[in-house]
Amino acid sequence: MNEIDYITPKNLEEVFRAVEKKKRKIKFIAGCTNVIPYMRGEAISPELLIDLSSLENLNYIREENGIIAIGALTTISKLTASEIIRNQSPILFSAASLLGNPLTRNRATIGGNLADASPAADMAPPLLALEAFVHTKRGEGEGREISLDKFFLGPNKTVLAEDEIITHITFSKPKDSARGIYIKLGFRNSMAISVVSIALMIEMEGKVCQKARVALGAVSPTPIRVYRLEKNLEGKEIDQEIIQECSVILKEEISPISDIRASAEYRKLATSVLFKRAIQEVLKGEKT
Amino acid sequence: MKTYLIEIKLNGEWQKAEVTAKETLLEVLRNKLGATEVKNGCGKGDCGSCAVIFNGKAVNSCLTLALQANGKEVTTLKGIGTEDRPHPLQKSFVQHGAIQCGFCTAGMIVSAKALLDRNSKPSRDVIREAISGNLCRCTGYKKIINAIQGGALESKL
Repeated sequence: MNEIDYITPKNLEEVFRAVEKKKRKIKFIAGCTNVIPYMRGEAISPELLIDLSSLENLNYIREENGIIAIGALTTISKLTASEIIRNQSPILFSAASLLGNPLTRNRATIGGNLADASPAADMAPPLLALEAFVHTKRGEGEGREISLDKFFLGPNKTVLAEDEIITHITFSKPKDSARGIYIKLGFRNSMAISVVSIALMIEMEGKVCQKARVALGAVSPTPIRVYRLEKNLEGKEIDQEIIQECSVILKEEISPISDIRASAEYRKLATSVLFKRAIQEVLKGEKT
Repeated sequence: MKTYLIEIKLNGEWQKAEVTAKETLLEVLRNKLGATEVKNGCGKGDCGSCAVIFNGKAVNSCLTLALQANGKEVTTLKGIGTEDRPHPLQKSFVQHGAIQCGFCTAGMIVSAKALLDRNSKPSRDVIREAISGNLCRCTGYKKIINAIQGGALESKL
């Protein structure tokens, strides 16, 4: 059995000093809701655990000049208790309320959910639809700002270097006229891993759709935005014909797998049903 | 195996333990600190039987590293009430027949206590939501929800 070391840095300088010194397989940890099962299943075998959960200055939700910024160490339950999130980004709020269960939400963090890069990560579709950026830091240098749609590379793979951490996530506050919805299809309400999830945001002017953002979870190797579908909605009056067209596009754009939770075929069908449900709900004018 | 000395304020008393980086809070509570009232169910956050209150919040102790609890406060079922001095919630579970095999009860009461600490008069829906991370395989949840509502009333007296 390999030796595992553990450190809990109090600030970013300590984090990067630890990374430099130890030339070993490191794993950044925070809420540990995924890391502990991974370690037990030997899916990962780190030699040094760097616990970021004491970095209190990466634990915040702020709104400034129309930009919402969320520290990477913010727990999911903190998101569900935030007036800013509830009022300004209801799709992120509902995705947070549906993640895991109250016990895991008290530990899991938004940064961890993204860094883990599960194709079914609950935070990803709403943040993709909100066109969020991931801000990172590595050593003493300038940090990176990565558009979330360029962040995921595959199941549990991101563009993050081994010694790079997420510091915060930002997105522009949606326009007041924007309407959105997040729908998650799982096997039970609590602790379900998504079979399919969809986040949809549209801005309407009269009957015409000005802007559409559609993101999906659990139907591709990474959470994805469906650009072709968005283009097919923008500049048009959304009627049954368009919705039907879109659901065909959707089936072409996704590449779900069959796994323990559902078959690929089922996922394709379910995605198209969820999309129809989502757009009809949103067109009804509910700001969910 | 490299070990670390940690100190946890367990049910109001500081206790020391030698732990490895891999050990979970659940393992240390049960195997090293004698807190066997914390139950080991699924070990991956699905069942909630290992729930404890960690810095004021209900969490799965199986998904928390023991080292992460170093210097922190942990409350288990015994910190909520004991056989001699049961908490109103515990009395209410007995009165409402909300226990069958009892394996989920410790976690249920921990989740319920964390709820009542921030909401002294929860609706049935709020109770359902609060215990949605706790599985009961015996009774169904009706009596448990009744018991938590009853416990909420008693706690206020």
